[in-house]
Amino acid sequence: MKIVALTGMLGYGYSEESLEHAFSEKVDYVGVDAGSTDPGPYYLGSGKSFTDRNAVKRDLALALPRVLEHKAPFIIGSAGGAGSKRHVEWLKEILFEICKEKKLSFKLAVIYSDVSKDYVLEKFDNGKMINMSECFPANREEIEKSETIVSQIGVAPIMKMLEQKVDVILCGRACDTAIYAAPCLFEGYDHGLAFHMAKIMECGGMCAEPVSAADVMQGYMYKDHFELRPANPQKRCTVDRVAAHTLYEQTNPYLIFEPDGVADLKNSKFEQIDERTVRVSGSEFKMAEVPTLKLEGVKCSGFRTISPATINDDNTIAHIDLITKTVSDFVKENTSGIIKPEDYNLSFKLSGGKESSLSVIIDIVAKTQAIADTVCALARSRMLHCDYVGRKSSAGNLAFPFSPSDIHIGEVYEFSVFHLVQVDDLSETAKIEIMEV
Amino acid sequence: MKQPLINYTKILRSKNAGPLYITFDLIFDTKENYEKVKSLLTKEMVAKAYDMDIKLIDFIFYDVVNSLKITFPRKNISGSLADDDIYGCQQHMPLAKILIGD
Repeated sequence: MKIVALTGMLGYGYSEESLEHAFSEKVDYVGVDAGSTDPGPYYLGSGKSFTDRNAVKRDLALALPRVLEHKAPFIIGSAGGAGSKRHVEWLKEILFEICKEKKLSFKLAVIYSDVSKDYVLEKFDNGKMINMSECFPANREEIEKSETIVSQIGVAPIMKMLEQKVDVILCGRACDTAIYAAPCLFEGYDHGLAFHMAKIMECGGMCAEPVSAADVMQGYMYKDHFELRPANPQKRCTVDRVAAHTLYEQTNPYLIFEPDGVADLKNSKFEQIDERTVRVSGSEFKMAEVPTLKLEGVKCSGFRTISPATINDDNTIAHIDLITKTVSDFVKENTSGIIKPEDYNLSFKLSGGKESSLSVIIDIVAKTQAIADTVCALARSRMLHCDYVGRKSSAGNLAFPFSPSDIHIGEVYEFSVFHLVQVDDLSETAKIEIMEV
Repeated sequence: MKQPLINYTKILRSKNAGPLYITFDLIFDTKENYEKVKSLLTKEMVAKAYDMDIKLIDFIFYDVVNSLKITFPRKNISGSLADDDIYGCQQHMPLAKILIGD
């Protein structure tokens, strides 16, 4: 069975030539990951994608006609970057646009994976929430403050859709591995091999040399092993790259944690079978006693205004603690009776100094954009002219790279939920719609 | 002679492993360097370099590719107000500078 991974991230690009090579032989399934929490909590909160619409459209438009021609089900994971309903709708609209332009028609399954606050609160109250880090314990108040919460679905709902013989499966937030493991398990292949291959393929060309996640990867699944070979004929998979891949972004290179259980790679064997192909065998899987789904939720923490600047004067840099304290006190005094101190957070993000220039970002997160603007303007002007003993550069302390000096960032979101929940059914959070496009 | 840890490696990087954890990958040039660091680097040294509770630090040696993975929870999780490295990919220097040698 042959699976093709278009690229490491939908919208990050891949070469059309590589795609042609991949489709020069029979392809059974195609997948692409479209999301990540790497860019932080903002995107889930705002409903925006961290990938560019035109780039996403290009990556999909090249692949879609080939996918349909090969009758290879196409699985897209974590639509729109963060995978909430708004993100899924965004990607669905792009898909519809391509269909219209290229006069394509197919059967589409959409798997939404949003969960309600009530769903999470019930899990919390019944002791079914598990902390992923002791530094971030589950908290009822934080759940209640959450604006958007998604569940990261595993293979279960995707396999159900494969059974329905749909052409394209557009998923909300999904495990990266589920995209590639679901077809393998659906076809009856081994769990350990399926998840190990999926973990490598979800990064596209990352395990090939020369390294670039933005390229097409080919996975071949067999009864007792799998093989990886990049679609680009100039590139090769090596044992070192493939073996080292499970180090990347993981807490443990031997264990891949999944909703269904844990893939164990301690006994995995890696062999170079030709110049460009690596064979992997021996990967194992242990089913979980209680299956779990990971939830990701965000709350809105206010509105941000920043002012970036540089200090080059050694003497000013030496007085930075005094200056920031003076500025903070000044802002407090000058907004007294007008702005409550608990309605804003003023901080100074400093880097460099001593041997080089000191970079300063005056950072305000406040209850409203207007409060953030007021505090930023006061702090910036006070910091520019703050005096200290022995000051010779009395015209100003800050080099501003921009005019205007103050920049609106808008809404600020923070993770409020990032926990596992025990589930009875791994499809319990999936809401599925099937349609003819 | 003691040398900075980075001198023994061909890759030394930091990265989020999800927004709650930071993970460091050290891939060594040679088996010799790998074995040397394996025998000399301690969790105490890492705890001190990052002002982190030693109990929260995880060391995993990955012999297949002469690599060491170090993971611990982020004090300021990704995107929190006090965070200043969303992807966590510029947190490796305190580790890189730890002095290792006889």
